[in-house]
Amino acid sequence: MAVVTKTKRTDWPELWHEVKRNRWAYLFIAPFFIIFAVFGLFPPLYGFFISFFKWDLLTPMSYVGLSNYVRIFSDNLFWLSVLNVILFTIAEAVPEIVIALTAAYLLDTYIRRLRSTYLAAFFSPSVTSSVAVSLVFGAFFGIHYGIVNAVLRLVNLEPVRWMEQPTPMKVVLVVLLLWRWLGWDMVIFLAGLQTISHEYYEAALVDGANRFQIFIRITVPLIRSVMLYVVITATIGTLQLFAEPRLLSNELGGRANSLLTPVMYIYQMGFGYFRFGYASAIAYVLFILILGASILNLRFLRQSE
Amino acid sequence: MITVKLRKKPFNTTSFLVHLFMGLAALVFLFPFYWMIISSTMSLAQLGQFPPRLVPGNHLISNWNTLTSMLPLVRGFFNSLFISTTTTALQLFFCSLAGYTFAKYNFPGREKLFITLLATMMIPSAVGLIPWYIMMSKFHWVDQYQALIVPSMVSAFGIFWMRQFITSSVPDELLQAARIDGCSDFGIYWRIVVPIILPGLGALGIMTFMGVWNDYLAPLVIIRTLTKYTLPLIIGVMSSNLGTRVHLQLLGATFATLPVLIVFFFASSRFISGLTAGAIKG
Repeated sequence: MAVVTKTKRTDWPELWHEVKRNRWAYLFIAPFFIIFAVFGLFPPLYGFFISFFKWDLLTPMSYVGLSNYVRIFSDNLFWLSVLNVILFTIAEAVPEIVIALTAAYLLDTYIRRLRSTYLAAFFSPSVTSSVAVSLVFGAFFGIHYGIVNAVLRLVNLEPVRWMEQPTPMKVVLVVLLLWRWLGWDMVIFLAGLQTISHEYYEAALVDGANRFQIFIRITVPLIRSVMLYVVITATIGTLQLFAEPRLLSNELGGRANSLLTPVMYIYQMGFGYFRFGYASAIAYVLFILILGASILNLRFLRQSE
Repeated sequence: MITVKLRKKPFNTTSFLVHLFMGLAALVFLFPFYWMIISSTMSLAQLGQFPPRLVPGNHLISNWNTLTSMLPLVRGFFNSLFISTTTTALQLFFCSLAGYTFAKYNFPGREKLFITLLATMMIPSAVGLIPWYIMMSKFHWVDQYQALIVPSMVSAFGIFWMRQFITSSVPDELLQAARIDGCSDFGIYWRIVVPIILPGLGALGIMTFMGVWNDYLAPLVIIRTLTKYTLPLIIGVMSSNLGTRVHLQLLGATFATLPVLIVFFFASSRFISGLTAGAIKG
């Protein structure tokens, strides 16, 4: 709107006429902007405001200036949770993208029949409740009834206390995330691959390129934008992990806080200790970290072009 | 011709190997679900057998009776169903209406507003969690379903999705003809556009429904009373309530996932093709 009035300063009546003519259009899109303003935009702004206060919701709030933010710098538990999610992001996203892209390429190149059956099988974990599948994985890797340990025993290996030790717990979480999101990424990659004309591949084959060279030299560069989308959504999603680590660690983050994530920490600070001001400040720091990670991803993937 | 045929032979071997590999991988992917389902029919002793039992047990009924006597699982199912259905219906209406407007109206400020809409998707939901809860408590919406339904009744993603779909599937001529015939703005949307975009509504509907059905953080913050719990909340308290009774926990997990899985497998080919179609246009 602002731009229109600037460039066509003289056409005020005409603009008003256009707006009036399209009044239904504004009415049709209004619900989104109203709902967003109230429930999407206001909370973060309000959160910024209360991040400068000490507030337990029961007693009046007291202004503390920047001290919530200052405290975050020396809050080792918070930074541990950040390190945890960075580790999860790398450990999950890298193999996930490599495997999903390779599998999508194989499906696109070699398979017509049964393609949607395979896809449905790989995709099915993405449609189920994160809480339920976390519970299933906890039991799957459990010490007494878990089938993973039963298999280890069958081949005469020592059972692992998966859910009680820091590193095995992380492994279980990463395996769960991979299992849950691989199919989703495959479908998105496949959609990208289907936009590439097979004539490129045939031309390259005629020129004597092998399938692997075609994949690296033609396919990967052509679906860079799809890759960017997958990397950014995977990063944003993993940095905000909550349900899976909470369920796998009986709500508290597990031995040595090995599964503690920033959102779990915000939840604990707010609803466990009623430190709503501090929790809001942490949320803002997390927001900046997520923004930074997205920009980093953009830079990195642009540069490799 | 002959060279082409000769080249095809090793190609088929690769294709067979890819099929074999994909088939095995698909079975590995489905195995946790299989194990979850069979385990939920076993007694704890059967679940602890060594070597592990890979066929269903015979304790489904007694497991079910024990579990439902401890937790309001069926109630949770209907609570989730109510919230998911209401939210999905509202979202399909408002998102398609706004998506149609962005696709087919040329009004001042359209580009700016649409970019604003896309930018709103960048705000991570965790940032607003604490203030959102405080706001809900000021509204006296804590422990009320409208706290979960109203904020989700329209989404930027849904509008974006419907705009993509409507741009490519609804011809302008049809809308112009309807307008000349004296159809009102809302009438055109309701009587012309909606019948054409049913497949797009279907895919968005499935995505929205599953998103709401599986949501955990928002209900966890808002809902307090056990009888108002959604299914994920009940599943969430199972591990602390049932302790080591893993078979009962897995029965709860089965109850929460199996209906969604069954619906998904029936709709999967159309759903996935709808998803890839949308992704291509986007």
